[in-house]
Amino acid sequence: MLTARNLSKRFGAKRVFQRVDVQLDGGQLLLVTGPNGSGKTTLLRVLAGLAAPTSGELTLPDRSLIGYLGHEPLVYRELTPLENLQLFARLYRVPEGAERIGMLLERFGLWEERHQRVGTFSRGMQQRLGLCRVLLHDPQLVILDEPFNALDAAGADLLDGTLEELSERALVIATHDPGRVERFVTSRLAFG
Amino acid sequence: MNYVTDVAALARKDLLLELRAKETVPAMLLFVLSTLTIFHFALPHGASHVAALGLLWVALVFTALLGLTRAFVPEREQGLMDALVLAPCDRSAIWLGKVLAVLAFLALAEVVALPAFAVFFSGIDGRTVGAVALADVGIATVGTLTGAMAVAGRARELILPLLFLPLAIPVVVGGVGASAGAGGRYLGFLVLYDAVFGLLAWAAFEYVVSET
Repeated sequence: MLTARNLSKRFGAKRVFQRVDVQLDGGQLLLVTGPNGSGKTTLLRVLAGLAAPTSGELTLPDRSLIGYLGHEPLVYRELTPLENLQLFARLYRVPEGAERIGMLLERFGLWEERHQRVGTFSRGMQQRLGLCRVLLHDPQLVILDEPFNALDAAGADLLDGTLEELSERALVIATHDPGRVERFVTSRLAFG
Repeated sequence: MNYVTDVAALARKDLLLELRAKETVPAMLLFVLSTLTIFHFALPHGASHVAALGLLWVALVFTALLGLTRAFVPEREQGLMDALVLAPCDRSAIWLGKVLAVLAFLALAEVVALPAFAVFFSGIDGRTVGAVALADVGIATVGTLTGAMAVAGRARELILPLLFLPLAIPVVVGGVGASAGAGGRYLGFLVLYDAVFGLLAWAAFEYVVSET
């Protein structure tokens, strides 16, 4: 699913990470840990295909098979959850998009708010909508950067349950709270 | 067919965002009306129609620049370019959807600006309207590409005008030429500009949004 060999990334003279090897298949979870500024986010962006490595070999699945959640939920604040997910369902060519959108909004507790502007939501609700966007096209490689950020206890429990359901997928998670995903972890990468 | 529906969905999204936020078009309208008012008082009494037409084009280009600075604000502030770039659609569809939205904003600004010009200065003919329409296509295609470049870089507020204004010089040359009398030749020039720069911007967008 994902193979990285001898991966390095520099921004000018600054070395972000070097000689990273990753081999990830379905049913495996790579946990990335490290202090702020250690390069976790940059690595995840590289693994999502959003940034090119400076050197090394990287083999990724097709973009349609990758789901990525960054520090931001990556949804339009002036649109409603329904409009956001309809847009991405269109771009990802999700078959039976309406059903899938309804199911995800129900699961993440946003169905009642589906016609409200995202800008009126709390950060935690936006994060839940971001997770809906990530899962909308049923990705095979799921990359989550601090997914528990801003989630309340109920939201974090929802994500726990979702991670269990995603256990057949390849997952990469960066978090400061490794305890929450410990039981799914198959490999680790510690920065800093 | 998928490409067309992707472009339509992305353009619809931008129009919806503006309809909700009401930030870009009102600002463009206010700017172009203020500029034409200032020019009305700044231009000496008895100045030629051609001089006034030149000022119309200055007002239109700077109004477009104002709209272009806002074009990628949601993608920039909320990191949404990542989400769009990750989607498996052709990346040029992102550009074309944005071009269509920018064209709509420009058209709205000009629906007000051209009659205002006629009131402040003198009437405008069909050639000028045709030149403005052709110039809009060039401004939107090139401006959207440079807007995307500015999103990717630092000092964005500086980069967009520095990149866009030199590229808009041929638009002003063609527009003023077409408005001032030598219609056919300059209208043809604008068509050529639209075709060449439109094609270049369409092809280049993929590389502009790819992070190295």
